[in-house]
Order: sequence, then structure tokens, then C-alpha cells
Amino acid sequence: MKNKNNLFKQSLATLALATLFSSSAFAGKLVINTDTSDPAPKKAFEDVISGFEAENPDVQVTLNLFDHEGYKTSIRNFLTAEAPDLATWYAGNRMLPYVNAGLFEPVDDVWEENGLNKSLASAAASMTIDGKKWGVPYTYYQWGVYYRKDLFAANDIAVPTNWAEFKAAGAKLTAAGITPITIGTKYLWTAAGVFDYLNLRTNGYDFHMALTKGEVSWTDERVVNTMNNWKELVDAGFFLENHAAYSWQEALAPMVQGKAAMYVMGNFAVAPLRDAGLTKDQLGFFQFPEITPGIEMAEDAPTDTLHIPANAKNKVDAKKFLAYLARADVQTQMNETLGQLPINSASVAGDDEFLQAGFKMLSKTSQVAQFFDRDAPAEMAKAGMEGFQEFMVKPERLATILKRLEKVRNRVYK
Amino acid sequence: MRAFWKANQLKLAPWLFLAPGIFMFALYVILPVFQSLDISFYAWDGLGEKEYVGLDNYVELMDDEAFYTALQNNIIWLVLYMLAVPAGLFVALFLNQTVRGIRIYKSLFFFPFVISQVVVGLVFSWFYDPTNGLMNVLLNAIGFDSIAVLADERFVTYGIIVAGLWPQTAYCMILYLTGLNSVDPEQIEAGRLDNAKGWRMLWYIILPQLRPATFIAVVVTVIGALRSFDLISIMTSGGPWGSSRVLAYYMYEQAFSEYGFRMGYGAAIAVVLFLIMMVYIAGFLYKMYRDERGH
Repeated sequence: MKNKNNLFKQSLATLALATLFSSSAFAGKLVINTDTSDPAPKKAFEDVISGFEAENPDVQVTLNLFDHEGYKTSIRNFLTAEAPDLATWYAGNRMLPYVNAGLFEPVDDVWEENGLNKSLASAAASMTIDGKKWGVPYTYYQWGVYYRKDLFAANDIAVPTNWAEFKAAGAKLTAAGITPITIGTKYLWTAAGVFDYLNLRTNGYDFHMALTKGEVSWTDERVVNTMNNWKELVDAGFFLENHAAYSWQEALAPMVQGKAAMYVMGNFAVAPLRDAGLTKDQLGFFQFPEITPGIEMAEDAPTDTLHIPANAKNKVDAKKFLAYLARADVQTQMNETLGQLPINSASVAGDDEFLQAGFKMLSKTSQVAQFFDRDAPAEMAKAGMEGFQEFMVKPERLATILKRLEKVRNRVYK
Repeated sequence: MRAFWKANQLKLAPWLFLAPGIFMFALYVILPVFQSLDISFYAWDGLGEKEYVGLDNYVELMDDEAFYTALQNNIIWLVLYMLAVPAGLFVALFLNQTVRGIRIYKSLFFFPFVISQVVVGLVFSWFYDPTNGLMNVLLNAIGFDSIAVLADERFVTYGIIVAGLWPQTAYCMILYLTGLNSVDPEQIEAGRLDNAKGWRMLWYIILPQLRPATFIAVVVTVIGALRSFDLISIMTSGGPWGSSRVLAYYMYEQAFSEYGFRMGYGAAIAVVLFLIMMVYIAGFLYKMYRDERGH
């Protein structure tokens, strides 16, 4: 009996020790949720994590990968229910609902202590809401026109730098039986890219931001000007036929086959185009041409970010991780893998020609928009993109569409 | 206690057996109905504070073109989806013969109902594809222009309904095949003696005996039409510009999709959809009630 009792006590002690041990291990546990389900982003994050773990051996990182599309809805659940210590998201208005609901933690101290206000200055504005910083940006990429160099050369077209040249280039291409611009608007957002550029070039950055913030009416004459420029392209047969039936990936095919010459897209289109067999001599990039002379050439460059949820358990290590992620060398290496541009001004952009082109283009302007569906609130973005798609097929409905968008604006921005 | 149980055993026992079912039904069906009704009076993004707005969501709904498009599509679905019932009947009649290997043919005809709606949607999206789709290849071969069914607001809903009819016809067919097994051969014999054949035989002798099968086929088809969600989501995501949305999809879009999270507005759409279904459910319940009382 006595023996048994001892054994019991002993095992109790072991148990207590084990609990103690595991709770101390728990202190160094860091959970990160990401939407980086594609191969390159996945690898980039895994590299950052192993680098971080090497420098902080007491912290053990768990990475939860989510499907890129599914993440957009699951984030709402896990932020409220079982919050991780860090979560990926996007800059600009896209994070506003979570900031307003108090689900993100302000991280001004991370910015202060690590001099990020200087090194990440270019993205500071898009990370700030109510005077506070809500996360750390780690990558962005340029938008612009990707084009078939060989088709341009074969039809004797120089890279267009203004509106007249752009339209002339399109006319030459259509005459040669080539669709000037390929696009797939089934999932709507691709049309928003075209709108962003037309509006940024027609009316400038300040107007575009005022419009997406809901400060300007959609029936404003300046919006109509943008749409009329767009109508010129639509009427001239610039865009791929039946684009509403295709996704953006499906719309790559005509470009690869040489049936279309240009694609208004983000830099992520380069990888699939190369994989499909386009060579260095075939694929090129140029900045979306000027429309209204004299207006600064603003760009779309969506930024991806990492945030600490307000309900995170291990905020101390989470902040350490953010500081690590913001470092110049880390961002250099990470974006090398991602094939995108680092935010940190001391980082080096990869020597890929498209990255260099984007880097050069973006360093010339401080006017960087995030993208229509990140700058405008969700509801406005959805209505807007649907309107753009409809307009591209039925340009004669312009007045009705703008009136409808104006109705949505009056409701959304109360 | 014991005496009470003895006295009321017969009355209590059914309720005890029903209790788990009633509890689950109340918790997962009845309660959410009232919760939806409640949420439809608020403006709520699912995260922050709810704000009471009274009937505002419904007022907005009355002035929302997208809502009327969805409602109209729902009606088109309800009407055209009914084609699955006669189509299923004729396939069943056709297959109701004794030939070598008929079981294989029957299972092949039933196949579309077995595969997932998502696969059906994908298959038909490829079928309709404007450049390489089989339909347009055939159209071009006989000298017509391509039709981008899923990108054209005039055709898109009909295109999706055709895709939906494919598995639904198979479902109705299997219901009729089992029904045909129980058709009384003596009545057919008697009909023959009275000189009934062809359409008259079908209409006056066979169909009346298939009434139970017809009833179930209509019920599942109406439910199928009202549940039409997966095909729309897979084939068009409600597009182009929202012209193929039905109420269920619109509700999902407003409440749960990437650009949605208007829980109150979504709930208001759900309530309207519920009321439409209620008309039908009430009729169904009335018929059940009448049948059980023996007319």
C-alpha cells in the first residue's frame, strides 16, 4: 500500500513537471496564419520562418496555410474565435473592417523601435488608420502593360507612351487580326485594373483616391471622361471577345498563342506566361501610357502585410517576428523567392528584368494606389467592378451604370 | 411517479421518442428562422456592433434591381426545371424494357445524378466555352457563329438550367423506373381489351398509377430549383454583372462572400426566400394532411 502511494506521488510529480515544462515551451510558441497557398509564397514564408527560428531558438513557429480564396472568409472566423499570433492581410481600406472592429493590434512600437518609419516609409500611409500603424508590409508588386515584343516588332509598333500612340498601336494590331488587349473579367477584378489606370491617367491620383473614398460622385463629369476614354477602346475592339466568360488565367492563352498582344496586369502574370513558353524576346513590360498630359503617372501596386490580431496569445514574440520581417536583408531574400518587390528601402530588388522595370517605375512616384478593391470599401468595390464588366460589354449603358454606382455610394459611405 | 407513468405511458411514449428529433429540428431549423428574421432588422457586418435599422433592409430590397433580377431568375428556374419531370418520365419509359444489358444502360442514364454538381458545372462550362467548347465547335461546323452562353445576359440563366436539368432528369427517371415496376399488368391487360394504346394508354392507364412517383418527382424538382446554388457559383459566380443570380446566391453574396458581409441585408433576402418557399411548403403540407385523412 505504501509503495503504491509512493508511486502515485512520484507520477504526480512527473506530471507536474511535465505541465511546467510544456507551459514554458508554450511561452515561445508562435502561430502564423497565411494565405500563401501558391508554391512561391509558401516557400518564401517557410524560409522566413526558418531564418527567424535560427535567430530565436527559444521560439517555435507553427505555420497554418490557408487556401488563398478561402482565407478571405476564414480570417473573420479565426480573428474572433481562435486567433493566431500573426495573420497575413492587405494594406489600405481592405483592413479597415478589422481595425474598426478592434480585431487588429496597433504596432506603432514595432515601427518606432526598429526605425521602420524611415525604412518602410513608402508604405507608411497605406498602413495607417486613425494615426496608428496596424501591421508590417513585406512585399508589393507593380501593375502595368505586359506585351508581346515580337508581335509589336512584326507590326512595326513602338512602345506607346501616350494615349494617341496607344490607340494607334491598337489600330495596327486589330488591322493585323490581333486582339490588342486580352482580359478575362469572369471574376470581375481584372476590369478594375483597367479602370484604375484609365482613371489615374485621366484624372490623376488625388481624384482617384477621392473617388474610391466616396468623396466624389460617380456621375461626376471627370468619371464620365474616364469612361469615355474606355469607351474609345471598347468601340475600337481593343478587348478580347467574350471576356466575361474567362478567368484571368484563361485569358493568358490568347496572349501565349499570339492572338492577343497586351495584358493590363500585375507582375504575377509573368510567371505563368513564362511557364507557358514565352521567352525573353517575346515578353515585355511598359508603363501604362499617359492620357492627360502633365498629370503625374501614379501606379497601382498592391501591398501584402502581416498583422497581430488583438486576441493573439503571444504578442511579444509576434512583435519580434514583425521586426525580423521588416529587416532589409529578410525582405530582399523573401521577395527574391516571391518574385516581387521589397518594401524596405535598403533592400535590393531581384535582378529579374520585370522586377527591375517595376522597381524603376515605382521609385519615380510617391503616388501609389493599392488597387480598386483595396482602396474602395468592399461593397463599393463589388458594385463598381460589376459595373465595369457590364460597361465593357454594353458601353451604351454607361449612364445607367454610373447612376447605379452613385446609389451604392450614397448608401456605403454614410 | 410510477403511477403517473403507468397511467400516461401511451400518451408520453411517442413524445419521448420524438424528443431528440424535435429538439434538433427546433435548434437547427426553427430557431435560425427567427434569428434570421431578427438579424434582418439590423445593419451588421458580422464583426462589429449591430445597429437597429427597422425595416430599412426591406425598403432597400424593394428598390434593388439586383434583387428583382434574382427573383425573376428564381421563377425561370422553378418553371423550366419542371421539364425534368416529363423528361425523366420519357427516359424511364424508354428504358423500361427487357433487353440484354438494360441494367448497364439504366445505370449510365443515372450517372449524371451520382456525380457532384460541381463536376456537372465544370463539364458544362467547358461545353459552353466560346473558343474550344464542344457546343460552339458544333455550331461553327454547321455554319453558325459562336455563342458565349455564360457571358451573355440573355442566355446565361437558361444555360445553367440546362446543366441542372441533366442530373435532375436522371433523378426523376429513377423515381419513375421504380414506379413503373409497380404498375399493375392486369390493368394494362384490361386497357388493351378496351382498345387503349399509345398515348391514351399512357395518359389513362399508366400515369394515374404513377401518381405517387410524379408527386415525389415534382417535390424534389421544386426543391432542386430553389436550391440552385452550386451550379451558379461554379459556372458564373452570378455573372455576367449579376444577371444569373438567384435569391439564394444573392443572399450568399451579400452575407458571406469576399465583398459582402452585410448580414442584415443577406438575412432580409433569406426571409423573402423563406416566404416564397413557405407558399409551396404550405401547399405540400396541406396535401399531405388531406391524403392522411383519406381525402
